[in-house]
Amino acid sequence: MAERDQAQHDALVGKTLASMPYARALSMTMDHLGGGQAQMTMPYSEDLIGDPDTGVVHGGAVSALLDTCAGAAVLCHPQVKAATATLNLRIDYMRPATPGQSITAEATCYHVTRSVAFIRATAVDADSDRPVATATGAFTLQQTAMG
Amino acid sequence: MPRPEPVDVVKARRDAALDALVGYVPYIKFLGVHFDRRGDELTAVLPYAEAHIGNAALPAIHGGVTASFLEIAAIVHLNWSLSWDQIEQGAEMSKPRLPKTIDFTIDYLRSGLPRDAYARARVIRAGRRYASVHVEGWQDNRDRLFAQATAHFLLPDPQGRDAG
Repeated sequence: MAERDQAQHDALVGKTLASMPYARALSMTMDHLGGGQAQMTMPYSEDLIGDPDTGVVHGGAVSALLDTCAGAAVLCHPQVKAATATLNLRIDYMRPATPGQSITAEATCYHVTRSVAFIRATAVDADSDRPVATATGAFTLQQTAMG
Repeated sequence: MPRPEPVDVVKARRDAALDALVGYVPYIKFLGVHFDRRGDELTAVLPYAEAHIGNAALPAIHGGVTASFLEIAAIVHLNWSLSWDQIEQGAEMSKPRLPKTIDFTIDYLRSGLPRDAYARARVIRAGRRYASVHVEGWQDNRDRLFAQATAHFLLPDPQGRDAG
C-alpha cells in the first residue's frame, strides 16, 4: 500500500473503531494510530466505578479499552489487510487507576503471521510511569477472500 | 431439632444479600447485568443492548463487553460464595469488601451474537489470600460457549472484617 493510502486506511480504521457503539458508550477517543501502534483514551466516569468505596474504575472497563486499542494496533499494522477479532487477551492489573483521572492505553502489534496477530498493551493514568494494567493477546486475521 | 425456616424467609434473606452485592457496583448497573439465583447457584445474565455492539457490520458484541461481563460474573460469584456462610447464619451483612482482580485471561471462542448472554463461575480454589476462578459464557446453547475466562483475585484481609 502506498504511504498515502496507508494513511487514509489508518484514518478510516480510527474513525470506525471510535464509532463502535461500545467505544462510544465509554467515550473512548483515538489519540494516535499508525504502523501497528495505537493510543486511545477513556475519560473517568462514575458509571464505570467498580468499587464505590474507593471510586476506582471496574477492571472490565479497562479491559474494554485495552481490547479496543489492541484491535486498532492490529488493523493499522502495514501487513494486515484483513478483518480481525480478539482470540485471547490476558490482562494484569498492577494497581487501581486513580479516581477522577482518564485512562490511556497504548498497544503495539509486534508480530503478524498469515492468520494471527500478536499484541501487547499498557494502560496508564496521569502517573504514566506506573502502569495501571498491561495486556498481551492474540487476534485472528480473517482474510476477506475466505469470507 | 429446630424447625426449618419458612421458605419465604430463606429466599428473602438470600435475595437481599445478593441484591446488596450486585446493586453496590455502578458498572454492573451500567452494563445491565443481573443474576438468577437457584439456591446458592448464580447465573449472570447480560440482556442484549445496542450499546454493547463492537463490530456493527456483523453485528457482534464488543469483546470488552464480554470481558466485562465475565469479570463481573466471576467477582460476584466469588464474593457470594465467600459470604454464603455469613448469609445463612442470618448475620448482619457488612458493606461488601471486594476481591481485587490480579489478572484476567479470556478466550473468545465464538463471536458474541446480538442477543442475551449468560455466565456461570466456579471457584477453583480460594485460600486465605488468593482465589482462582473460572467462568464460562454462552448464549443460545449451554454447551456452545462463546467465551471463557480464568481470573486470580486478591481476597480482602479477613482482619479488616466486622466481627459479626
